[in-house]
Amino acid sequence: MPPRRRISSFDWSTGVIAAAAVVAGAVVYLREGQDRFLAILGSDVGLMVYMMPKVLAGCLIGTLVALLLPREVVTRWIGAESGWLGFVIAFLAAVILPGNPLTIFPVAGALLIAGADIGAVVVFVTTWAVIGYQRALVWELPFMGPDFTIWRIIVCLPLPFVAGILARMAMRAFGKGGGT
Amino acid sequence: MIGLAIDIVLWGFVAGLAVMAAMRSRALAWEGLRDGAVDFLRLIPRLVLGVIGAGFLAEVLPQDLIVSWFGPQSGLTGLTVATVVGAIVPGGPVVGFAIGATALKSGAGAPQVIAFIVAWSLFALQRLMMWELPVMDGKAVWVRIAVSLPLPFLAAAIAMLVGRP
Repeated sequence: MPPRRRISSFDWSTGVIAAAAVVAGAVVYLREGQDRFLAILGSDVGLMVYMMPKVLAGCLIGTLVALLLPREVVTRWIGAESGWLGFVIAFLAAVILPGNPLTIFPVAGALLIAGADIGAVVVFVTTWAVIGYQRALVWELPFMGPDFTIWRIIVCLPLPFVAGILARMAMRAFGKGGGT
Repeated sequence: MIGLAIDIVLWGFVAGLAVMAAMRSRALAWEGLRDGAVDFLRLIPRLVLGVIGAGFLAEVLPQDLIVSWFGPQSGLTGLTVATVVGAIVPGGPVVGFAIGATALKSGAGAPQVIAFIVAWSLFALQRLMMWELPVMDGKAVWVRIAVSLPLPFLAAAIAMLVGRP
């Protein structure tokens, strides 16, 4: 069993956000008065209440999938197929796997070691980054709204394949042996 | 409405996965649920700060500045700046999407925000250093980065072509 990832509850980037939030809140309070301050705070608290059940579900899905679907299984799926089918499998696997960097990159690394085609690995990482459902549902949707999120995902659908094709071309051009 | 539908879908997933885990062993299901709940508790401070910070920042940021840098008329320069900002912004999804939401509320163009989100998703330097380089072959990482460089621009171009519904 690989060591379990842990989310730390506070780090320096959170500190920066905390400072920015406090300063911005103070500016709003002083410049625009208590009513406006409370109105914004109220709508933010509403957004937070809306997000909480989704974030909790996202965390539970993340840990459960990680337990049920060990990285060896995923590696076998993607590593077994090169060619265009490899792209499609890598795409689907990255869509299904819940996203967090601690589970995704070890899988990608293991794929490379297992001899998977770099194009498929690039498709896998790119899909996870731009399409992964968990990040979209849990984080993007509440912040950006459903219209924007769905539109962005549709717009981004071709990106993993473009990246995968470019990666294959790059390996053919610069890789050892000159390719086929 | 749509929020409730998403909750139902997500919790349906949770229930299905928990049952699958419990069929293997009760301990496995328990472990998954407990670890997920702990992750959630640890995320709460970040979530609270991100949401509240985004709300106040959107109010405070000078709108003209955002519009002139990232507005719909900002063109290639706006896309490039959005891409660079996306790549260097530290932190997890709360930070990334809080900035995206703030920019959109303050008048940034949707393609520019898409370029920012795609760049943040693909390149976030902190994630690259902490998670990707240590576990992946260096050459593969650089190939991935190099072939991903056009993607924020490609996404923005597709977004402009398709048009926002």
